[in-house]
Amino acid sequence: MDSGPSGFVVFDRVQKSYDGETLVVKDLNLSIGKGEFLTMLGPSGSGKTTCLMMLAGFETATHGEILLDGNPINNIPPHKRGIGMVFQNYALFPHMTVAENLAFPLEVRKLDKSTREEKVKRALDMVQMGAFGGRRPAQLSGGQQQRIALARALVFEPELVLMDEPLGALDKQLREHMQFEITNLAHSLGITTVYVTHDQTEALTMSDRVAVFDDGRIQQLAPPDTLYEEPENAFVAQFIGENNALSGKVEQIQGDRCTVRLDNGALIDAKPVNVSQPGERTTISIRPERVEFNPELGPDAHTLDAEVLEFIYMGDVFRTRLRVAGRDDFFVKTRNRADQVRLNAGEHVKIGWLPQDCRALDA
Amino acid sequence: MTDATGPDQVTGATPDNAIRNADRADNGPVLAADGTPLKRSLNRALRREKTRALLLIAPLLLFILITFIAPIADMLFRSVENAIVEDTLPATVEALDEWDSATEELPSPDVFRALFFDLFVAAEAKEHTQLGTRLNYEQTGISSTFRSTGRGLDDIGELYQDVFEDQNELWEEADFWYAMMNAGDGAAAGDLLAAERARMAALTDEPKDGEIGFAPSATIASILPRTTREYTAFAILTALVEEDVVAEEEPWEAVFAALGLDLQDQSLRAGIEGYSGPGAAELQAALANVDSLPVVDYRAAFIEEDDDWGDPEVWRTLQTYSDRYTMGYFLNSIDLQLTPDGIQSRPEDEQIYILLFQRTLIMSMAITLSCILLGYPIAFLLANLPLRTANVLMILVLLPFWTSLLVRTSAWKVLLQQQGVINDILVWIGLVDDANRLVMINNQTGTIIAMTHILLPFMILPLYSVMKTIPPAYVRAAKSLGATDWTAFWRVYFPNSVPGIGAGSILVFILAIGYYITPELVGGTTGVFISNRIAYHISSSLNWGLAAALGSILLAAVLILYWTYDRIVGIDNVKLGG
Repeated sequence: MDSGPSGFVVFDRVQKSYDGETLVVKDLNLSIGKGEFLTMLGPSGSGKTTCLMMLAGFETATHGEILLDGNPINNIPPHKRGIGMVFQNYALFPHMTVAENLAFPLEVRKLDKSTREEKVKRALDMVQMGAFGGRRPAQLSGGQQQRIALARALVFEPELVLMDEPLGALDKQLREHMQFEITNLAHSLGITTVYVTHDQTEALTMSDRVAVFDDGRIQQLAPPDTLYEEPENAFVAQFIGENNALSGKVEQIQGDRCTVRLDNGALIDAKPVNVSQPGERTTISIRPERVEFNPELGPDAHTLDAEVLEFIYMGDVFRTRLRVAGRDDFFVKTRNRADQVRLNAGEHVKIGWLPQDCRALDA
Repeated sequence: MTDATGPDQVTGATPDNAIRNADRADNGPVLAADGTPLKRSLNRALRREKTRALLLIAPLLLFILITFIAPIADMLFRSVENAIVEDTLPATVEALDEWDSATEELPSPDVFRALFFDLFVAAEAKEHTQLGTRLNYEQTGISSTFRSTGRGLDDIGELYQDVFEDQNELWEEADFWYAMMNAGDGAAAGDLLAAERARMAALTDEPKDGEIGFAPSATIASILPRTTREYTAFAILTALVEEDVVAEEEPWEAVFAALGLDLQDQSLRAGIEGYSGPGAAELQAALANVDSLPVVDYRAAFIEEDDDWGDPEVWRTLQTYSDRYTMGYFLNSIDLQLTPDGIQSRPEDEQIYILLFQRTLIMSMAITLSCILLGYPIAFLLANLPLRTANVLMILVLLPFWTSLLVRTSAWKVLLQQQGVINDILVWIGLVDDANRLVMINNQTGTIIAMTHILLPFMILPLYSVMKTIPPAYVRAAKSLGATDWTAFWRVYFPNSVPGIGAGSILVFILAIGYYITPELVGGTTGVFISNRIAYHISSSLNWGLAAALGSILLAAVLILYWTYDRIVGIDNVKLGG
């Protein structure tokens, strides 16, 4: 993890406790580069929103230091931090029109009227809401309110924008559209964005880097592809994307290959990630699309016996649910190709994978 | 037109069919699935709901109608109702109609004569003092005029009675009178009896339909109309009010006076001479001796009873207030009065109500304002504390509700009086000199302090419930946008809490404007409200008409304020709860 004081935003050994007994955030070290789009992803209660609130200034760190552009901001009140923020339910001021909402941060900065109007207009145009300046927030749809909230957070040209699950209230289609718009806007304006979500698709599609939170710690901080393909522990593997997990014990390790004896006694190959010596308990993780039926992998490769429980037709892909090593929740995803075999429930097949696709992680 | 789904169309009220029907809407009204117009189907469907709703509220609605709306309507009606003058003095009012009030001359003796007979009956029914009280509101002193005259009316009647009884002792006999006046087997004057029953009913405000054991003879009614009228009135009151037997009671002096008038009436002479029924001989003897009957000057007689009857002002008042409905009470309520010359303001030393209304309004506003000032911070604190702590504090806010209003008000008396706790402390720490103790009770200060305390919860509760609904994210958003704590509060939080202020203010103001008990106890003379005056008129002066007029004005003021508030803030912006 990059913990040096070089980033634009730096969390340096930050801890947070609300009750003095349990830590919500445990020893957080995080450095965010200028212009980076970083997403904090994690289940609810993992401490990600607390981190965001500490950055915004609405919570104070119990221990450690938060630096913004090299300056400690622990004692700077929120309104002097100059950080734009988009809230979960937008928090548009209901008693002001859209234009007044946008003018608010400019007014408190004592900009003159003509500059204000010009900036408001530019911000509204930026989110394609130019015609809605006179409306009240209650007269707008969820997606439109979302755009206004975004425009309001950007109108005073902050260098850092925080977003707290901003798309949570939108329907799927609109959400995907807004994901695209937000990333485009953030990149074209060159602003640093810290984005909090519990939706992993959102995190993967939008971010430069994703910090996966669990239990008050960052479990892994990596670009989306690394996160998906090379999860560093069982939590990340399970949390990001679809994953098949089997538990067993390391039999032997040879360089970047190891053999794992599963709980039912079968042997299988994997890549050792979090295991260092034979005899350790491990969870092996394999993505559903990397599993092959009746594989031809070479002479010394291991395969597993599996029984087909269910075949699910999903249009572009097929999902096949299998019973493997005593577990009923093993999925295999295959593309819908002309030559793709369709297995029926009850059939017995052999499955296998390339050793580098299967990661032996912590138990 | 687009088909909503594929070919398998179902008949009946399905969503798809609804869409199809909507598509067809450009020609003709929208039809429901079964072909009836959609509007009618909808109305039918809603009617059941409405009936159900009505039935659910029916018991409460009836209860409120009977115990709340009806009494209030009745009470408010009294503010214009003025039937007592006409009901008590019907003939006088009619006779007085021709009198020109602009002259300084007294009404004709006929008016006084009518007044004699009206007042005599009223006095027998013991209603004349009520009329005196009523007219006394308009002109001070009339009450005693009526009372003293009521006692002297017998004397006027006795002028006749003595002459008749000197002529023939039979005139003293009750059964002689009864035999003469009663129809017996002959024809009865039913119209006259019914008219008199109605007059007595109006006079006494009670129905007079009971059996009286008397019916005026039609023959005697035609030859002695005045006498029959008076005797019938006498019979009704004797039988139904005194609950005596008519035949055993000697008639009123007024009956003798009426008989005298009838005998002196030349137009009736022929009839009496041709009369042959009971008492014919005595009547004809009396007629022969008619010259011995006195010619009473009723005007002089009344003035002798009480000088005020010689004052045209009394008669003007009587004429001005002889209508069944009057603006008088309302004019009174705003320090005006009705005079024969039109509406004029009351003498300066009698002007009180405008001042009281103004004081009530201003003090209610002061109370509302101090409730806002004291209640807002509390509600803010409560709304921003954790629920558990907020609930404990809320109990403290509600505590006054569980204490008697009298106890709380009396407590303020103890605290605020000049020898009270607060003054003692101020003197003790030397802030106030012992000789100049602060006067904080029995004046406006006392009323404002005590009522602010009592009404404070009504401000805090709506404020709290509105503040509870303001998301904390608003203030955070404002701060993140660069607003200081104060700006975030003033520009974002406060405007969103205004509906709570509105709701609390309406509640407190309306309660304050009609408050009675606290101003009564701690208000002294300068701190009382219009409601105290209303209570005074209801329970002490018994001028219910004026009380009703004042109450109507108070009610109208509240409704106007409510309406204004609705126009400015919008009543749907008022939130009493989440």
